[in-house]
Amino acid sequence: MARIGLHNLRHSYTGGGQRDEDWALKQMDVEWEDGGAYALLGPSGCGKTTLLNIISGLIEPTEGRVTLDGSDVTDTPTDQRNIAQVFQFPVVYDTMTVYDNLAFPLRNRGVSELNVDARVKEIAAMLDLEAMLTRRASGLTADGKQKISLGRGLVRSDVNVIMFDEPLTVIDPHLKWILRSKLKELHQRVGTTMIYVTHDQTEALTFADKVVVMHEGTVVQIGTPVELFERPQHTFVGHFIGSPGMNVLSGYLEKGRAKFGGKTVARVSAGSAPDPAERIEIGVRPEFVKFSRSGVPVRVTKVSDAGRFQVVETMHEDQLIRLLVPDGESIPSENANLTFDPEFTHVYAGGWAVT
Amino acid sequence: MTTKRENQKAWLFVLPVVLLVAFNALVPLMTVVNYSVQETFGNNVFFWEGVKWFEQVLHSDRFHAALGRQFAFTFMILAIEVPLGIAIALTMPRSGPWVSVCLVLMALPLLIPWNVVGAMWNIFALPETGLLGKAINSLGINYNFTQQPVAAWLTTVLMDVWHWTSLVVLLAYAGLCSIPDAYYQAAKIDGAGPWAVFRHIQLPKMKRVLTIAILLRFMDSFMIYTEPFVLTGGGPGNTTTFLSIDLVKIALGQFDLGPAAAMSLIYFLIVLLTCWVFYTLMMRNEEA
Repeated sequence: MARIGLHNLRHSYTGGGQRDEDWALKQMDVEWEDGGAYALLGPSGCGKTTLLNIISGLIEPTEGRVTLDGSDVTDTPTDQRNIAQVFQFPVVYDTMTVYDNLAFPLRNRGVSELNVDARVKEIAAMLDLEAMLTRRASGLTADGKQKISLGRGLVRSDVNVIMFDEPLTVIDPHLKWILRSKLKELHQRVGTTMIYVTHDQTEALTFADKVVVMHEGTVVQIGTPVELFERPQHTFVGHFIGSPGMNVLSGYLEKGRAKFGGKTVARVSAGSAPDPAERIEIGVRPEFVKFSRSGVPVRVTKVSDAGRFQVVETMHEDQLIRLLVPDGESIPSENANLTFDPEFTHVYAGGWAVT
Repeated sequence: MTTKRENQKAWLFVLPVVLLVAFNALVPLMTVVNYSVQETFGNNVFFWEGVKWFEQVLHSDRFHAALGRQFAFTFMILAIEVPLGIAIALTMPRSGPWVSVCLVLMALPLLIPWNVVGAMWNIFALPETGLLGKAINSLGINYNFTQQPVAAWLTTVLMDVWHWTSLVVLLAYAGLCSIPDAYYQAAKIDGAGPWAVFRHIQLPKMKRVLTIAILLRFMDSFMIYTEPFVLTGGGPGNTTTFLSIDLVKIALGQFDLGPAAAMSLIYFLIVLLTCWVFYTLMMRNEEA
């Protein structure tokens, strides 16, 4: 069990530099609690895998320290960090049986055969691999192989953290769901800290208690799925999570009020108000936009049926606003106006939320 | 639905390749078969002999001796070239500017014509004037490959290792390069040492290319002719007379076309059979 700390962490593959682009991971200060289920969510190339490899010790960070339970492990080699990792493509030792695969990490650490046997059987039972223990690992399907990879992590009693690097990429859709619930169940059972890297928001939101959203080498928000949905700290979180993503509209500030289309849509407390010269953006999710008698005047340009609701695209001048309307509700053809739920309408300056 | 009339025109498209294969493979092979069952005294006069030549070859001590030398030679070079090739491939850099340098250096011996290799080693190993020969003799070891069977064997084997280990290196290196990084990372996390990584990751992943390497080296070395012919001419005596050298002696030296043809076919079948058995054994577990 372990609490993971990343202190003033930065990493560059090119040796660093003055420019922002030189850094694959920008300044990062994060503390992850023991026993949590975290997801690292972000598009490809945002630095998720780099961060994961730094925690596991496969990459040495250019700057900053990594701590496990408060003790500095930045210079500790991977095999002594008590970390397990499941990779995107299943890694199994082809020539060995499933049993030997699971036993491999223990045997390498000199555990006695008696204990190895007990642990392997216990983990095999947990992962429903009992029936295949004597089979050669190379003959298994992709999901079976991923279970073995996971099993090699679980089998060690000294493992503090299990990390998953997009582990379901090569799994068939219907098995993804099963494996994901299995992971969730295992987390509750073994209580190990788990970090799950993915670019799929569904995977992240269903697996994790807390989701860490990354964008261009920076952690933009750490929060529960509800927090990410209701209070995105960055316009990127708004875009990336939710389908369709948050509307980001350019507006302006007037005496502490954020205005859009001539109407006040949100308030900004005096203390945190940005420089009036700075361009502000207004973010509101399609779920929190409604047609009304008065409000921001718009033209309806497109309606698409998404099953239980309709996605309506409207234009205010040259700005696109999407909203969700429950199935069966009528959509005004002319003189339409929109109101934004003030509780869930946020103001952003330079991409970041202003409260 | 109407049944379509079978279109026989397709045969025309196959015809060129049929002619080509017949011209360069089937006809020559059948000529050999033809010779192997008949006796001729020239002037295109043939007498049917049945399996007489085959019996003669199979019972000849000379053939047994050449076959024994051939297997010994092939076994020796495989036992050296395969482990050595793997070892060199493992030490080669996986990325960076040195990769191409290493690859070019490795490919060089493969580009040298076989008779040149034989001639080079002949000059290199001559006891009086050659660099290698002189160096060994100056160490106080009496070395003369033109007169000592052991020295002749060592030189021949060394020459083949020099010429062909590169092939194993290149194939093994290609196999190593195709292993994804995740395997090495997983092994690190699982606490595997260098030997375990080699035994459980690198070797299994190289299995296919090594199978090809061994097959190629087996076939090539089993049919080796030019290099030992130039280096030792099959001597001293006939201690380095391998099958192909013996075959040429019988066919072109003594002009015994019948026994030579029978021997060619037996030779061919041995190569074919060994390759098939080896390949089947190696690939048996592959699909499991």
